[in-house]
Amino acid sequence: MASASTAVPSRGASHTARRAALVAAAACVALVAPFLLYPIFLINVLCFALFACAFNLMMGFAGLLSFGHAAFFGGSAYVTAYAAKAWGWPAELSILAGLVTGGGLGVVFGWISIRRQGIYFGMVTMALAQLVYFAALQAKFTGGEDGIQGVPQRSALPMLDLTDNRVMYFYALAVFLAGFAVIYRTVHSPFGHVLRAIRENEGRAISLGYDVPRFKLLAFALSGALSGLAGGLKAIALQIATLTDVEFTMSGEVVLMTLVGGVATLTGPVVGAAVVVAMLTYLAAFGVWVKALQGIIFIACVLAFRRGIVGEIAAMLERSRQT
Amino acid sequence: MPDRTGTAFLTVEGLHAWYGESHVLHGIDIDIREGEVVTLLGRNGAGKTTTLRSIMGVVSRRTGSVRFAGRELIALPPERIARLGIGYCPEERGIFASLTVDENLMLPPVIKPGGLSVGEIHALFPNLAERRRSYGKKLSGGEQQMLAIGRILRTGAKLLLLDEPTEGLAPVIVQQIGTVIRLLKQRGFTILLVEQNFHFASTVADRHFVVEEGRTVDVFSNADLTRNTQKLEAYLGV
Amino acid sequence: MPSFDIEVLLGQLLLGLINGSFYAILSLGLAVIFGLLNIINFTHGAQYMMGAFTAWMLLNYLGINYWAALVLAPAIVAVFGVAIERFLLRRIYELDHIYGFLLTYGIALVVESAYRAQYGVSGQPYRPPPALSGAIDLDYMLLPIYRLWVVGVSLVVCIATWLLIEKTRLGAYLRAATENPVLVRTFGINVPLMITLTYAFGVALAALAGVLAAPLYQVSSIMGSNLMVVVFAVVVIGGMGSIPGAILTGFGLGLVEGLTKVFYPPAASTVIFVAMILILTFRPSGLMGRSA
Repeated sequence: MASASTAVPSRGASHTARRAALVAAAACVALVAPFLLYPIFLINVLCFALFACAFNLMMGFAGLLSFGHAAFFGGSAYVTAYAAKAWGWPAELSILAGLVTGGGLGVVFGWISIRRQGIYFGMVTMALAQLVYFAALQAKFTGGEDGIQGVPQRSALPMLDLTDNRVMYFYALAVFLAGFAVIYRTVHSPFGHVLRAIRENEGRAISLGYDVPRFKLLAFALSGALSGLAGGLKAIALQIATLTDVEFTMSGEVVLMTLVGGVATLTGPVVGAAVVVAMLTYLAAFGVWVKALQGIIFIACVLAFRRGIVGEIAAMLERSRQT
Repeated sequence: MPDRTGTAFLTVEGLHAWYGESHVLHGIDIDIREGEVVTLLGRNGAGKTTTLRSIMGVVSRRTGSVRFAGRELIALPPERIARLGIGYCPEERGIFASLTVDENLMLPPVIKPGGLSVGEIHALFPNLAERRRSYGKKLSGGEQQMLAIGRILRTGAKLLLLDEPTEGLAPVIVQQIGTVIRLLKQRGFTILLVEQNFHFASTVADRHFVVEEGRTVDVFSNADLTRNTQKLEAYLGV
Repeated sequence: MPSFDIEVLLGQLLLGLINGSFYAILSLGLAVIFGLLNIINFTHGAQYMMGAFTAWMLLNYLGINYWAALVLAPAIVAVFGVAIERFLLRRIYELDHIYGFLLTYGIALVVESAYRAQYGVSGQPYRPPPALSGAIDLDYMLLPIYRLWVVGVSLVVCIATWLLIEKTRLGAYLRAATENPVLVRTFGINVPLMITLTYAFGVALAALAGVLAAPLYQVSSIMGSNLMVVVFAVVVIGGMGSIPGAILTGFGLGLVEGLTKVFYPPAASTVIFVAMILILTFRPSGLMGRSA
């Protein structure tokens, strides 16, 4: 795997300063963006950015390529939408239900799929996700081809009017930041280091005495739960949960986002999600050719661009610092 | 290198080789005349195995010159090199576990006339005749070594590269392999042999090249070996 | 147990055998490719679709009939496979397996979108040749000749491939190169060429399955993608270490699917995935596979 090792930066004064500047710039962008761009588009980006970061926790940091993450995202979207609409739960509780759904599915997927390694692993996750897809297709509560539409946007906090798109944007931003903080903490925790050790050399991690299956299962549960958080947020923010969310194509798209932005980088999936969502939104007029373009980007990334946007930029900075 | 009379069959000059990024050979010079048996001696990790692999073209990158029977090999892929008449027996023997003994034996295609017949190979290594239908994974270490040598004798290759054929084998099998190598020499094969065991080497070889840190640093004729024992022991660190 | 009659049972078993024929050919192709290239060929479903479409195009644009298409279409799609191997796959053999998976997924997206842009998602009919039309009347049921033909061809192709790999010199090269490609090259065998041809062969098998499927199902741009996920489950169940494993699992799971349609129809589309979960739970390395 292309290891763009931006995850653990060295501690230097100039580095800290640069990082502070970056965070400040990102904060400015996040604050100004809803006044320049469509909030709905930005909300979409935030949901998928969280989803892609959650996915990258497994692919980038644990080296487990799942081709079934749509199950967590879409499964959670359905549960959240149903809880909010049929049971009248407030948004926060509904999203929490989605998070639990994603985490639960993550445990189940993990328990089954970690029995197979490497090349089989992706196929197993894909087949399991297909099972969830069929369940969503046949179950009554999911609304079949229509999905669950018109999901109410009612917060438990009465002062938050989520039907206002800008309020919804900041709400989504808060959820995203919370999820991102969890991922950041995880990657920099001892648990994150063990995951990376497993990615680099599983045999060695086992011989060092780590209970590798348990760590993989934990990674799965966490990644599933955070994907569920993203799916739940999406169901509330965009007021809809459909088969698209749980379809195989969605699993492919999250892989693409991560690959484009940079595997094993913290911010790569965010950038990748922005690029892919922008592409899907603004090129929608080209219809099916957008899919072909996705394929071409996949091919280009694998052949020539394995570090992704963030990974390439980091490598460039690294080079410029050395010379 | 001392200038030798007689035409060189294999000439290696200034050979450098890399595995990925790591530069392993730093200048190997070897010349072998037709019908000679020559060994590469040296410590573990000196670059003996890599030298054979570089001659066959199975390293990441190599520079310098390898000439065999008048042809420059340095830019050729391994399958072309083999087809010019070089047989290679790797250190790990490379017996295919999912193939039977017969399939292993018949695997290398005949590339030139003049190879041994299956009958002759079975005469050299009777065990192989007995175990024709066994799968490669069932063979003992000695049988694997016999098969690894046996299968490159059929092809008509005139130059054999043998990488530590005696490693880890019982003395009686080492003797058997020594006999086979002398027999092959009589039949006109040219052999480049990697050996750790220089007592064994002295029983089969005409000359010995010493490899140290990826360079050929010395060469002795077998006749001079006894006079240079101390020097050699220093090289080999025994 | 719901009531059923023997006709329904036999009919569904035959359908199961048909599905099994496709599973077997497709997972066989995947196994052959995986053996030498170490790549899960995600483009397989797209190549199956291309096989069906090529037969359809040969007929509709050039008037070339089914029998010729049975040979021509796989050959044409195989040429496409050669190009993919030469220009794309060859560049990533040194990398982690997952890149092969991602690369072939990308290729599948491009191919399927191109067909979709041209022909939409609706199916194009393709009629079976007259010699294979009609049915045999067995008194208690009608046996469509074309379906028998598909099962027969599939069996012959699978057994022939197995014999080719297990019993011939070429097969010995292939098995040896699967274990140790570098050493096989030092024997004077052109392994890179063999890899190209092996990929082309696996692709041709997928395309052949596509031609066989054309008269049975509608020829459409999406016919391959859904099938692919099921075939992956079949491969996980059987393991890719063995050729007979791939074939037997393919037919077996087709039958299981057919039986499920008789006894509990709602589960028919998912029974293979459930089987996969059970197998993974109780035999993690698959029915016949060596551990991965």
